[in-house]
Amino acid sequence: MSALTHFFTSRWGPILTGAAVGILAPVLVKLGNPGNMGICVACFTRDIAGAVGLQRVATVEYIRPEIIGLVLGSLIAALLFREWKPRAGSAPVVRFVLGIFAMIGALVFLGCPWRAWLRLGGGDWNAIAGIGGLVAGVALGILFLKQGFSLGRNRPTSTAAGWIMPALMVGLLALVSLAPQFGRDANGNPTGPIFFSTTGPGSQHAALFISLGVALVIGFLAQRSRFCTIGGLRDLMLMGDTFLFYGIVALVAAAFATNIALGQFSPGFDKEPIAQTDALWNFGGMVLGGLAFTLAGGCPGRQLILSGEGDADAAVFWLGMLVGAGIAHNFNLASSAAGPSPYGPAAVVTGIAVCVAIGLTMREPIVAAVRGSAATTGE
Amino acid sequence: MDKNRILDARGLSCPQPALMAKETLSRLGSGTVEVLLDNATACVNVSRIATKAGWNVREELSEESFRLVLTK
Repeated sequence: MSALTHFFTSRWGPILTGAAVGILAPVLVKLGNPGNMGICVACFTRDIAGAVGLQRVATVEYIRPEIIGLVLGSLIAALLFREWKPRAGSAPVVRFVLGIFAMIGALVFLGCPWRAWLRLGGGDWNAIAGIGGLVAGVALGILFLKQGFSLGRNRPTSTAAGWIMPALMVGLLALVSLAPQFGRDANGNPTGPIFFSTTGPGSQHAALFISLGVALVIGFLAQRSRFCTIGGLRDLMLMGDTFLFYGIVALVAAAFATNIALGQFSPGFDKEPIAQTDALWNFGGMVLGGLAFTLAGGCPGRQLILSGEGDADAAVFWLGMLVGAGIAHNFNLASSAAGPSPYGPAAVVTGIAVCVAIGLTMREPIVAAVRGSAATTGE
Repeated sequence: MDKNRILDARGLSCPQPALMAKETLSRLGSGTVEVLLDNATACVNVSRIATKAGWNVREELSEESFRLVLTK
């Protein structure tokens, strides 16, 4: 076990995880997932929001097993390696709000940071503007971090609190497996409370057990290696630390090679799958996403992994994303293939303003955490 | 100047433990710094930052707590 731990915490851990995402995500596309969307934490969380009726866009409703698998894969790894630790209490309501706005930003761009890099590896050059925005958002977040931004400390909490997110995922797995249809539509056909798209991206998916299996593997690897696509950019810019950044490089390289091998590489700007071509708001959406993810401490994939390890604050962030998906579609903020919605840009600007306010006001000066000798600390 | 310091980074999110360590080590230049942590991720990150800055890292790990003693 210790040799495995040593390997995963070496620079090879994030590289292996990034390569696994880069290979397996295009394979999931080949097996039925939407284009360049083998795994997308934002899109798939949005699909779950649709499946449980938090938003009612008929084309994006499906309980994505990938989300379930990432959390449960992390849970298994954390339990096996004795790293499962229930913890909570680091400004949960702020994390909830950050989750909402992170999701709105991601749905203006149309993808989470994982998908931004996967789109790049699939030849969707619209991703470049999104990645530019992501870098800008992370850089903005770093400014706040350097000035002492902090959401405060978490604390050990009850075992039950750490199990809520994994239990929620098991519940979602039951719902996607059983697909209860208690309601009747106007024509008397069974419908809801769990909704399944019959057309559009929500109807495109690999077989349940394949999606779940792939995500379990990635969740396991990501928990061991601490893979994080926001951390990769942040640590590089903030500390010159390339540990996580190489994971991103591996992801893009592996996705590029796999898409070529599977005949899925399609370079260009127009007619890219589940994408819009407005560079300004691809950039703007991801400025918001990058900033919100940086303030919350990690990309949405990493938040799922942390929630599987017992981090209830990360679970709250994801629940914010789930609600944010409902808001993004119910308020018509999310982009479509036709471009940004009329209201998306205003929502992005509002979100950036809220995140900046959070960045400016939530502080714990770093110097205050450095104490004198042990005799004065009470430790 | 007393160069023995305790850095309590328990309960903080990434990247704060590593950032705190980096700034503290840079400010002190040399001496001994004890870093208290509560998770393996922060432990690895702080170790990596300290090693890169030329500090010697001694780990005192248990399941519940992580203590790094950094010296230079």
